[in-house]
Amino acid sequence: MNLPVTEADLHAYVDGVLPAARAAEVAAYLAERPEEAARVRAYAAQNDAMHRLFDPVLGEPVPAPMAAATTPQRNRHWQWQALAAGLAIALVSGGAGWGLRGAATGQSLARMEQQAPAYQQAAWSGLAHQAAIAHAVYSPDVRRPVEIRADQEDQLVTWLSKRMGSKIRPPHLGKLGYELIGGRLLPGASGPVAQFMYHDGAGQRLTLYVSTEQARNKDTGFRFAKEGDVNVFYWIDGKFGYALSAAVDKGELARVASAVYEQLEGPV
Amino acid sequence: MSVLPLLPGAELLACVPRLRRYARALVGERAAADDLVQDTLERGWAQRAALQPGTDARAWLFAIMHNMRIDQIRRGALVTEPLDDDTPMPALADRSTVGIQVREMDAALRLLSEEQRAILLMVGLEDMRYEEVASTLGIPVGTVMSRLARAREKLRSLMDGGARVNSLKVVK
Repeated sequence: MNLPVTEADLHAYVDGVLPAARAAEVAAYLAERPEEAARVRAYAAQNDAMHRLFDPVLGEPVPAPMAAATTPQRNRHWQWQALAAGLAIALVSGGAGWGLRGAATGQSLARMEQQAPAYQQAAWSGLAHQAAIAHAVYSPDVRRPVEIRADQEDQLVTWLSKRMGSKIRPPHLGKLGYELIGGRLLPGASGPVAQFMYHDGAGQRLTLYVSTEQARNKDTGFRFAKEGDVNVFYWIDGKFGYALSAAVDKGELARVASAVYEQLEGPV
Repeated sequence: MSVLPLLPGAELLACVPRLRRYARALVGERAAADDLVQDTLERGWAQRAALQPGTDARAWLFAIMHNMRIDQIRRGALVTEPLDDDTPMPALADRSTVGIQVREMDAALRLLSEEQRAILLMVGLEDMRYEEVASTLGIPVGTVMSRLARAREKLRSLMDGGARVNSLKVVK
């Protein structure tokens, strides 16, 4: 005999937090009680209406005072780094640079870990750092990991491209066993960034973070960073910065990063 | 290869879109909602040392926001700002494209008590677990459930009520 269905069960049913077996029992209970079923439908419609009303706020650019309130010291830090980097580049001008661009198009991308000056490393690692945080914040979200799901990929592409001001399209990683879940828009250092989320058959999640704020940074080959459990491969190509994050080992991540890189470079 | 500490500032910044969405729904008016978020972020930044690694920054900020909101209501100081031509208009969904039910929802939400609205939004909009809502608000889970039930039922009667008035004319 099933446990009696309580008011709390009905709300948990609406919010999708019941274990599957219990949810099935509640569904059976509702099937025989049209009035209760109508009430539950009304509650679910309330949730839906709230999302439709207020989800657009998520896409609004973060006002400068809010960004400043959370990063005052770091901003100052970055400005100094940008200045120092600009000065250094001016001084080395005409030299061979670091040869990263050329090397980046070679075959051994994943193996690249060239030594670059510390200030450059710091500027690059900002991208990896932000990406790792975004991965840590959103990838564990079971119920709402993305804002627009992969079944509406066209809408996702149109929306992100419009907000980012550049054509942004998620690479397809099905051959590597990773399916697209969807994507979202996030606040970057000075504008929006996009995050695409993928998962494999075992539920392992992987995110690709795409920034268009790298115009002042020099292109890089693949670089690697580690933040806690999250491994990050990242690279800068023109104004685009890409960072691929997952709690998988470096070799596996390198394999995926190479595929992403090839798709982004190849004809779309 | 480097191990970088997670900077709390960036973690707080990642929460901004959701804080703003929730504040907009709770407070209603854009400028007042953003003021609440701004105050929350500033207090969060000042107290960032209290944010333990591994704790959920969003839940932590929601708790701060809840306390700031209570202070605001106790002071009776409704933060308002006159609209002028330079005021950016709220980027809520275009009213002409959202259904009647969604528009009714906006009005009906304002008719709930603050505490009912907060719980309904945390559960229905923010997808917070009941236990998270309870710890954010500092109340037992049972209280969350009973307030949630009352909020949903009140909303339903408000939205049903409108529909029934219309249909009475037709039926009788």
